[in-house]
Amino acid sequence: MIELEGLTKRYGEKLAVDNLTFTVRPGTVTGFLGPNGAGKSTTMRMILGLDHPTAGNVRVDGRRYQELKDPLTYMGALLDAKAVHGGRSAYNHLLCLAQSNGIPDRRVHEVLDTVGLTPVARKKAKGFSLGMSQRLGIAAALLGDPRILMFDEPVNGLDPEGIHWIRGLMKSLAAQGRTVFVSSHLMSEMALTADHLVVIGQGRLLADTSMADFIERNSRCYVRIRTPERERLLDVLSTAGITAVEQDGGLLEVEDGEAERIGELAARHRVVLHELSSRQSSLEEAFMQLTAGSVEYHAHTGQAERAGQAGQTGQAGQAEPAAAPVQPAVADMKKES
Amino acid sequence: MSTPQTPLPQAVPSAWEDGYTSPIPVVRTHLGHALASEWTKIRSVRSTMWTLGVYVLLVLGIGLLFGLIIVNSSSEYQGGENPLALGFFGLLVGSVCIITLGVLTTASEYGTGMVRTTMTACPSRTRVLAAKAVVFFLVAFTVTLFSAGVVALAQTALLTGNGARQPTGEEWLKGTVGVSLYMALLGLLSLVMGTILRHSAGAITIMIGAVLAPLVIAAFMYAQSLEKVQEALFNYSIPSQLAIFYANSDGPLRDSGPSGWDPLWIILGVTAAAFAGACALLQQRDV
Repeated sequence: MIELEGLTKRYGEKLAVDNLTFTVRPGTVTGFLGPNGAGKSTTMRMILGLDHPTAGNVRVDGRRYQELKDPLTYMGALLDAKAVHGGRSAYNHLLCLAQSNGIPDRRVHEVLDTVGLTPVARKKAKGFSLGMSQRLGIAAALLGDPRILMFDEPVNGLDPEGIHWIRGLMKSLAAQGRTVFVSSHLMSEMALTADHLVVIGQGRLLADTSMADFIERNSRCYVRIRTPERERLLDVLSTAGITAVEQDGGLLEVEDGEAERIGELAARHRVVLHELSSRQSSLEEAFMQLTAGSVEYHAHTGQAERAGQAGQTGQAGQAEPAAAPVQPAVADMKKES
Repeated sequence: MSTPQTPLPQAVPSAWEDGYTSPIPVVRTHLGHALASEWTKIRSVRSTMWTLGVYVLLVLGIGLLFGLIIVNSSSEYQGGENPLALGFFGLLVGSVCIITLGVLTTASEYGTGMVRTTMTACPSRTRVLAAKAVVFFLVAFTVTLFSAGVVALAQTALLTGNGARQPTGEEWLKGTVGVSLYMALLGLLSLVMGTILRHSAGAITIMIGAVLAPLVIAAFMYAQSLEKVQEALFNYSIPSQLAIFYANSDGPLRDSGPSGWDPLWIILGVTAAAFAGACALLQQRDV
């Protein structure tokens, strides 16, 4: 269990982490989601006592990390897979960590086996691919067989088989009753592994919810219609009490509409339809809308001023759904100008 | 060992009592664990072996070379001089290796980011630095003692056959244990500097500069009014202080400046102060 309370980190003028309060519970995989530069890694470093919080505090199983006497048996963490001495072998890297916590040497062999690095155990870490380095980092996290695990972007650099493996690993660790806290900037990845979701943007908490709730709340269902007789169809729909929203490219969208009913209405009034489809916006889209106001590095300039429009409550994104499923931020821009 | 339970989703104050329990025995760690860890670290990288190898070669090579040159040119060596003094040149050149190894012991972890892993495994930052310091000091002292000892024995054997006197007991002690302590402390100071600067190249440059600069600056101080400064720079420069360990025990080479075991106390004081400063910085800074 990890408890954050008003955790804040300021670097000079920049507020990297802004008053974060949430709890990571045992027995589930908690996803920690946010765009690049949202403050995920800074938060994780503060949890590990590496960075001093400017304000607030964080407790690991009720204690400050610095108070843990044999921390690796409480909490294992993978922060940066490349943070190993390149000249040291995988075995020796793990051995020196094991020794510092009084963990028996046999655990080194066990975790090497778990992550599948036994064949290269005596090879220097310098020659490892990013995927192998990730596995070594995960081995280090598992070394003390800890009850809390924290991974910063663990699937980075892994091949599909490796990604599949880490998903299974995280789920099995949580199923054993451990606390698993994993960060990512990919919503799709989280949707597959996490049971609970914490979303931050520009250091602020945007959502702290169960995955199921998040999906239910944020996946927008709508019916998309394309017709050459737009005005007529709009009349027909409004008479039937259905509100259609006009979108770019002559498209109509009906929120929470039933395709069957609209199709029958159109047929009855002999309106030609070119397209009638039920659609569901992706979670990726929902995530982008949620964090739209807090993305640190925009590909386009001049969008930073839009900050604050979305965000804050975690539901603001729904107020103004983006037009195109791809790149909603860009579509919003067009409408404003 | 209890069976893993599925904890309740709601937050109860003692929620962390539930959940997974590891079969690994819980150990209260102490400095000994950190020492074992640092020993594994220092011996498991090839750069340590290379640096120490070159160090031993320099100390032995230069020491023996000077001995042989003097033996073969007969009359140059005066009978009254301390025959161990020829070990000085090898150590002076070798100090570059000791400085490098000392700096790399700490600063390389900052370069690679390994320091985060280290500090996560051992949250007591002072303990990490202390463990590094002890392991490094013992390695540096042992290696220097071995090399300086071999050189001292060889030179005494070569030169006494050539008319030089036998070194006294105190000269033996200073020329072996004394210089080894001094060199190990010089390396330790470099190690602490590596922690303070967190940058290998920067720390190595500063330490080599600290060894060489005072002598070089003093050598070009011609002005009369700076005479006192020049003298102090000469007397307290690291090469001069190292040379004091080889001075004749019956009288100091110079009428001012440190003598006897003074250099050891000076560098011990400086290193201790730097160590305390480094500990304070470690506590205060983010890793």
